[in-house]
Amino acid sequence: MDTTYILLQQYWWVLVSLLGSVLVFLMFVQGGQSLIYTLGKNEEQRTLLVNSLGRKWELTFTTLVTFGGAFFASFPLFYSTSFGGAYWVWMAILFCFVLQAVSYEYRTKPGNALGKKTFEIFLFTNGLLGTILIGTAVGTFFNGAMFTVNKMNITNPENPVISQWATPWHGLEAVLTFHNVALGLAVFFLSRVLANLYFLNSIDNEKLTQSAIKSLKINTPLFLLFFVFFIIRLITKDGFALTPQTGEVFIEKYKYLHNFIQMPIVLIMFLAGLVSVIWGIYVSVLYKKYNNRGIWYSGIGTILAVLSLFLLAGFNNTAYYPSLVDLQSSLTIYNSSSSKFTLSVMSVVSILLPFVIAYIIIAWRAINRRKLTTNELIEDDSLHVY
Amino acid sequence: MLEGIDLSLVNWSRAQFALTAMYHWLFVPLTLGLGFIIAIMETIYVRTGIPEWKKTTKFWMKLFGINFAIGVSTGIILEFEFGTNWSNYSWFVGDIFGAPLAIEGIMAFFMESTFIAIMFFGWNKVSKKFHLASTWLTAIGANLSALWILVANSWMQSPVGMHFNPDTARNEMGNFWEVLLSPVAINKFLHTVTSAFVLAAIFVIGISAWFLLRNRHVVFSKKSIKIASIFGLAASIFLAWTGDGSAYQVAQKQPMKLAAMEGLYHGKEGAGIVVVGALNPNKEYNNSDDAMIFKVEVPKALSFLGYRNADAFVPGIADIINGGYTYTDKEGNLQTALSFDEKVKRGKIAIQALADYKKAKDANNDSAAVANKRLLDNNFAYFGYGYLNKPESIIPNVPLTFYSFHIMVALAGWFMVIFAGALFFLWKNKLEKQRLFLRLSFLSIPLAYVASQCGWIVAEVGRQPWVIQDIMPTAAAISRIDTTAVKITFFLFLIVFTALMFAEIGILRKQIRKGPDLEDEPEKAV
Repeated sequence: MDTTYILLQQYWWVLVSLLGSVLVFLMFVQGGQSLIYTLGKNEEQRTLLVNSLGRKWELTFTTLVTFGGAFFASFPLFYSTSFGGAYWVWMAILFCFVLQAVSYEYRTKPGNALGKKTFEIFLFTNGLLGTILIGTAVGTFFNGAMFTVNKMNITNPENPVISQWATPWHGLEAVLTFHNVALGLAVFFLSRVLANLYFLNSIDNEKLTQSAIKSLKINTPLFLLFFVFFIIRLITKDGFALTPQTGEVFIEKYKYLHNFIQMPIVLIMFLAGLVSVIWGIYVSVLYKKYNNRGIWYSGIGTILAVLSLFLLAGFNNTAYYPSLVDLQSSLTIYNSSSSKFTLSVMSVVSILLPFVIAYIIIAWRAINRRKLTTNELIEDDSLHVY
Repeated sequence: MLEGIDLSLVNWSRAQFALTAMYHWLFVPLTLGLGFIIAIMETIYVRTGIPEWKKTTKFWMKLFGINFAIGVSTGIILEFEFGTNWSNYSWFVGDIFGAPLAIEGIMAFFMESTFIAIMFFGWNKVSKKFHLASTWLTAIGANLSALWILVANSWMQSPVGMHFNPDTARNEMGNFWEVLLSPVAINKFLHTVTSAFVLAAIFVIGISAWFLLRNRHVVFSKKSIKIASIFGLAASIFLAWTGDGSAYQVAQKQPMKLAAMEGLYHGKEGAGIVVVGALNPNKEYNNSDDAMIFKVEVPKALSFLGYRNADAFVPGIADIINGGYTYTDKEGNLQTALSFDEKVKRGKIAIQALADYKKAKDANNDSAAVANKRLLDNNFAYFGYGYLNKPESIIPNVPLTFYSFHIMVALAGWFMVIFAGALFFLWKNKLEKQRLFLRLSFLSIPLAYVASQCGWIVAEVGRQPWVIQDIMPTAAAISRIDTTAVKITFFLFLIVFTALMFAEIGILRKQIRKGPDLEDEPEKAV
């Protein structure tokens, strides 16, 4: 057993999980897009909402792209199996993000051919489907998917495809498992909660503040409803365990509950994350003075909670992408990763991450130093207004 | 071979990737080049403090932003299509190909997306120098992202720094620096980004020429043309140099692509380069028809540029299929080229050796495993040929490659004339009176896009049937999905990207017609 290789595989699972959890936090942009018409009662308010989100959409988008790239580089068998198999789910997700990328820049520009309303519908679509579909896709990490993997297919010149999907639905079948959809809906409502907290942090408008707090009161119970359902079902269901010596995958009762118990740090992270999310909402709703801090409490909480779920899926000898048609085709962080050399090279590059995080923080602070106001949008002619 | 693979699935998957890549590349080059042009303009503003330079910067920045958004929009698809449509490829070479993509995300995308926010929203929020640094970092970030994806693409054209691992049935990286610094990668990166600089320079000159034709924003336009012409001319010289370097690499690593670029069916010593010519549509590699209906060529130039020897033998398509000619390998040794049939035979031996190796390992038969591993290693260079059986299958689309190459080269020459002409007329202070030149400059904008697309057609069509040169044919790289599914997504992307492109053009037109936020009178006083 090459312990360095195992450490590298685990390190990259943590990094990919971290990127995934930061992505869920940054999907407040998507949540905000789904709230433009709910919160924005007039054009002025909608412009404020769009412009406050418009300063952050690229960060979310880049995190998604990097998450994909990092997954490809560190666990290419997942990339080839899931993306090539669950074709419709991933294509639908990508399609939503294609629509988003142009919508901020083009929405109010004269000559945009499709009209302002169309670009707002694009933003709403991305906000609604992007979050639900990504959540549902991640749900399959715990509930499995319909695929087989046989690397020796490459020696069959007539049909050399290694990963094959076992249903013609190519990923759409994931929605038939409510547990997957529950995670999708939890992510959707969480993104709306975070969006409201972000608006409180970044927009100076009394009406929008009241609307955001009201919206928090509606979206928080809905988030908790689906999230708690997801967690209860998760810790009471069978899981996909791995025998490390042989690489054999088998069903284990209460596997994810066992993972929580056997990895107390992950359990503490999860609980701390959940408490922090709720604390962020609580202070924002009840203490006007502190409502600009809620996004940070809840944002950090989101990262901790989601990170712990990813660790639950991949650590402690667990198959993170189980196959429902051939258990031994299931993907683990050990059988699906890149080589030791590649993981080592990328680990050296990952030393840059703290610098990346540092300049993102500097840029964020520079842009969000003052809350956005209508006056700023109207009077500051040097501003790039969406 | 590959009978179990639906060829229509392969063709539709290729069509979808080509569609999304070509749309993406419509917008990216302007981002790569305009980023630096804006940075230069803003540098002049910060150094001189002249407000008109700020306004000039902001005008081009606005166009940059409109173009940037659609470049991002069309780019996300490409990354994920490697998984969705080319899943076999993703596993077979993901260990090497994935790393540059991840590094691109960590090093370049975040730099670009973070500092572009400062560039657009930070004018009155950060200091002038911080803003200027952000503009430069946005341009550098965009070009760094090009570096990594081009390194990955180059590796597909010339796989180096790796070995095949029979236990994991994939290629694995063995030397990162060899992948990053391969001559193919260096030339491809430099050639691609400088082509983008040329496109952006033509764009700036063309739009400014349009203003001059209408006698609007005269000083602004002349300033913009001055910067763009110097930038474009320098880039063009570099482009020609790296173009030569790229063609030299093609001659060494992808002789079939070079033969297709030149319509060369039968090789010869002292081969010339076709300057102008028309291909004979009835020409096959195994008939005796003339390859060209007519041609004007520079004698011996292909031998010289391809092999640095005016009398060198350049193999044609038929030679590459039949083998038997001599060439110098990477180690500098003289070798006799194998025929297609011999390569197929060796490819099949390699594939069978892999299957037998696995069986021997499962049966704990170590001696058989070692023997099959040796057999596999000795024949791995031809692994991809084991999936093929017809000689025609290794010939790329010759007309598309040939004409794209020659259009690209001719237009690159034309752009040099534009840059030199603009500088000459500026020096003579007669630019605004040269109405024909200004019209030609404006009309050159679409030509820059044509040249840019042609370059990629040469690179990608010319290397078929290989997704990884000699190791994996395109048909073996696909995902096993329904052809109908790919057709549906193809048309969805076609509709959406076309609609978005029209939206982009509409917005650009309006913004350009509106012009920069400055008045001509005070501007002339500068």
